[in-house]
Amino acid sequence: MNRIQTLYNSIIGKKVIAAVTGLVLFGFLLGHVAGNLKVFTGSTEQGIPHIDEYGQFLKVAGEPLLPAGALLWGARLVLLTSVILHITVVVQLAMLSAEARPVAYVKSKKKAASLPALWMMFSGSLIAGFIVFHILHFTTGTIQIGEFEHGYVYNNLRSSFSNPFVAGGYIFVMLVIGIHLNHGVWSMFQTLGIDNPDRNKFLRTASTALTMAIVLGFIAVPASFLFGLMPEAANYAHELLTGH
Amino acid sequence: MRIKLHVWRQSSRSDKGRMESYELDNVVEEMSFLEMMDTLNEKLTVEGKEPVAFDHDCREGVCGMCSMVINGEAHGPKSETTTCQLYMRHFDDGAEIFIEPWRASAFPVVRDLVVDRSAFDRIIQAGGYVSNHSGPKPDPNSIPIEPNVAETALDAATCIGCGACVAACPNGSAMLFTSAKASHLGLLPQGQPERFDRAKSMVSQMESEGFGSCRNYAECEAQCPKGISIAFIGRLNSDFLKASLVEPIDRRGDMKAQ
Repeated sequence: MNRIQTLYNSIIGKKVIAAVTGLVLFGFLLGHVAGNLKVFTGSTEQGIPHIDEYGQFLKVAGEPLLPAGALLWGARLVLLTSVILHITVVVQLAMLSAEARPVAYVKSKKKAASLPALWMMFSGSLIAGFIVFHILHFTTGTIQIGEFEHGYVYNNLRSSFSNPFVAGGYIFVMLVIGIHLNHGVWSMFQTLGIDNPDRNKFLRTASTALTMAIVLGFIAVPASFLFGLMPEAANYAHELLTGH
Repeated sequence: MRIKLHVWRQSSRSDKGRMESYELDNVVEEMSFLEMMDTLNEKLTVEGKEPVAFDHDCREGVCGMCSMVINGEAHGPKSETTTCQLYMRHFDDGAEIFIEPWRASAFPVVRDLVVDRSAFDRIIQAGGYVSNHSGPKPDPNSIPIEPNVAETALDAATCIGCGACVAACPNGSAMLFTSAKASHLGLLPQGQPERFDRAKSMVSQMESEGFGSCRNYAECEAQCPKGISIAFIGRLNSDFLKASLVEPIDRRGDMKAQ
């Protein structure tokens, strides 16, 4: 425990925490985008869209070994902790770095730093704000855009994303996430000391490829609804889904 | 050639400092950047003004003393070149040139373009050494070293400690310097005994000097006059992580089987 505390107090340790929590969140995004693609796989024989079924599955996953919702809330707790840690250490490091250069250059020039790398704080803040909005929009339904009914994932998506401003906003934020990940994923390898000249090209290509896959996967959903490519879902009784 | 200079002038550590402009019209293309500065100082002296204080020593690119941010780049626009090896032919006639000191709270300005870089000396004192026996002189080359490892260590050892990495880093981080120094010893067999302690103590000293954190911009590598790779930063990260989490603190003691 003492060692963890020493690590947490060091500059490199904080970077490592940002990298590891970033990895957790990146893993979440991979799972999230894979789940989202169920929107495109159609419906069951009873007319329940696969994405609705998947949403219900997430709620009860782990049963009967675990009580209902335990796995879901466990995962949410891990994610929330990761987000909080990720933001905390990054803000601490940014404050420290601001102190390290109290007088700015009259003329400054960047030779190597990429724009995504320089925009990390900006893109990160935007993503943090989006996460709050996104949860209030599609999880709790607090922010109502169009029709919203708990459990009817497909219809909720269809109702929200047929609004060009909502779909456009989501697509924009996905691009911002892509910019954040483009630097962030490779940066994680460098911070953990995994990158070296032998692997650099592979790691950077893999980071960009995975980032693009995630971003395109996410964008596919609002874009498809926006351009009217998605069929209307059949009406079905909610009991069919929950089984009670 | 004729140039216009904007130079940072600061009379002491406590002075607030400001940019001042000078025109020079007797500049020759063959002059090195520092010779141009000498010309400026001669002119200022003749005019009865205070000459610009700047650090310099060997003027052949190996001592690491010259330290100027020229037009926003540490050591100026030419890559892998120290200020003293920069020539006026690298600038256009009529050019406007901004000259500023290294900017970092760990490198306080002493006067004009001279900064106090003793923070680097203290990082070296914290771990930039190897232990040697005091017995008879060993045979040369008696310790076999894999050539690639020796070359990598030499790459790290080309660091002249000028501080351009700190000046170039948007965060004022000293990771490139610290990692180069820790790696050139930590890669070689002679540096193994202190390898993990070195990583910890040099990083800890670097932190207490008030340098910023590395954000993997690679700006340091791009502006390093010796082109030292950020691969060494990754290596220091890795050694620091192992030192903090994996390496035993105390290797001696009792253990029970289970």
